[in-house]
Amino acid sequence: MSASDHLIPVVVSNVVEVNPIIKRFEFRHVNGDELPAFSGGAHIVVEMLDDGTKRKNPYSLMSSPFERDQYAISVRRDDTGRGGSKFMHEQVQPGMQMKISAPVNLFALDLRARKHLMIAGGIGITPFIAQMAQADKLGVPFELHYAARSVSQAAYMDSLADRFGDHVSCYCDDQGEGIDLEMLLSNQPLGTHVYVCGPKGMIERVVETATNLGWPAAHVHFEHFLAPPVGEPFDVHLAKAGIDITVGAEQSLLEAVEASGTPINCMCRGGACGQCETVVVACDGDIMHNDHWLDEEQRASRQRIMPCVSRFRGKRLELDL
Amino acid sequence: MSESLIEESILSRPTYGTLKIVPGLAHYFLADASGAECVIRVVQELPRDMMEKVHILYVPTPGEAALITSLYALGAKRFEHFPTIEEAVSKLGDWLSDAKMGTQLYLAGTEGLVGQGVAKGEACGLDHTAVQCEHRGSLARRVQCVHCKTMIENVTTQPVKCPSCDLLLLVRDHYSRRLAAFQGVCINAEDPSEEIEIKEVFK
Repeated sequence: MSASDHLIPVVVSNVVEVNPIIKRFEFRHVNGDELPAFSGGAHIVVEMLDDGTKRKNPYSLMSSPFERDQYAISVRRDDTGRGGSKFMHEQVQPGMQMKISAPVNLFALDLRARKHLMIAGGIGITPFIAQMAQADKLGVPFELHYAARSVSQAAYMDSLADRFGDHVSCYCDDQGEGIDLEMLLSNQPLGTHVYVCGPKGMIERVVETATNLGWPAAHVHFEHFLAPPVGEPFDVHLAKAGIDITVGAEQSLLEAVEASGTPINCMCRGGACGQCETVVVACDGDIMHNDHWLDEEQRASRQRIMPCVSRFRGKRLELDL
Repeated sequence: MSESLIEESILSRPTYGTLKIVPGLAHYFLADASGAECVIRVVQELPRDMMEKVHILYVPTPGEAALITSLYALGAKRFEHFPTIEEAVSKLGDWLSDAKMGTQLYLAGTEGLVGQGVAKGEACGLDHTAVQCEHRGSLARRVQCVHCKTMIENVTTQPVKCPSCDLLLLVRDHYSRRLAAFQGVCINAEDPSEEIEIKEVFK
């Protein structure tokens, strides 16, 4: 059982081209009902029916948690990915009916914080838009530091600066601007929590800088925007179901298991939440662990796999499903 | 001075470790006379240029001066001493109110001092993982009378008489981190005439 088993029927109420690579999609319930409540940082899973292929990709909600009549997400087009963002950009039109999951939050604000320090890179801005609306209403101090490659790619930069004023600082790589993390993280009052969402390198730099300065791990929050990678097709034996399945090049192992009708737990579909952790019964080959869930020891043991993002290369993989 | 002799007990009863310097923007120390040697042990190992990040608060035993001299000689950026734990903890609050993320707090000495330092750190926004504690010296407890809420310092006996409401209190291992005190509960509530021997147990 998982959040994406109970899908909500929605209609695409608006599609906005934010810039050449980013589009915003707005959804309303098909009956006009209120959508489920959520908190800043939550994501939904969008089901895409693309010519026989069923994809389910997670996207952060960027709309205000205080507005329940519609949800908004932003999708960055990735032509080298599995095709989910391309489908959203090319096929999804206003008026179309789709299904989405209820929101799940793996990147919530820590409400004990005395100040929220948010660091966004590129499309990683989206969860912060909802979080800022929440922090603003709660009256808790917050600061957003938002870096993008160029002004033309910096989605919502202008509108956020207008909406949240001094709370927002913007940086563009092509202007030679960058966030001085050492300086920023050395000057935060006690009780500050830092949140980072963006490219892997940025998350690593923030976590490393904060750790070296003595920030407690519990005050450092991050969310990787992780899409299941494409790869070579591979075969898997599902021991309990007693069947063999093939995972396609642009399909995730989780999607292939779901397509076979075999029950499997899952939630984030992005390697972060741990719900789909599966026992490996036999493995003759290499598991490409792409998740943020298993630790080094678990990976080396080859006894666990996260089917939402990880793949396999080798002779035989048998799972306890 | 012996190392901590705290016995294993219920989960809420705090246990303590050994001070060890961890990465940080600033390092704050609070100790009483029993814990002074822990501060000296870790601070004297630090390179000179790190002393700019070190701040020490100390509660000496009345009349004692040698440890004050030793602590002063460490060369911390700030060193102050106060006659009572209360005053030192209050000063710690003043210092921490200007502190930044990356601050580490080190507490050493009796449980009363350590517990009040922990509570002050938390009140100032310090995460519990940024606070290290080392217990030294007496096992005397700071006890709250749960009936009249009086705080009783340096309790060494079981049971103990509340100086405010005169009830005879069983000193429990149940510890309140918020109050930095063990809970003292009336031991003879059903029959106040019952005589119970008072023994010294928290030495």
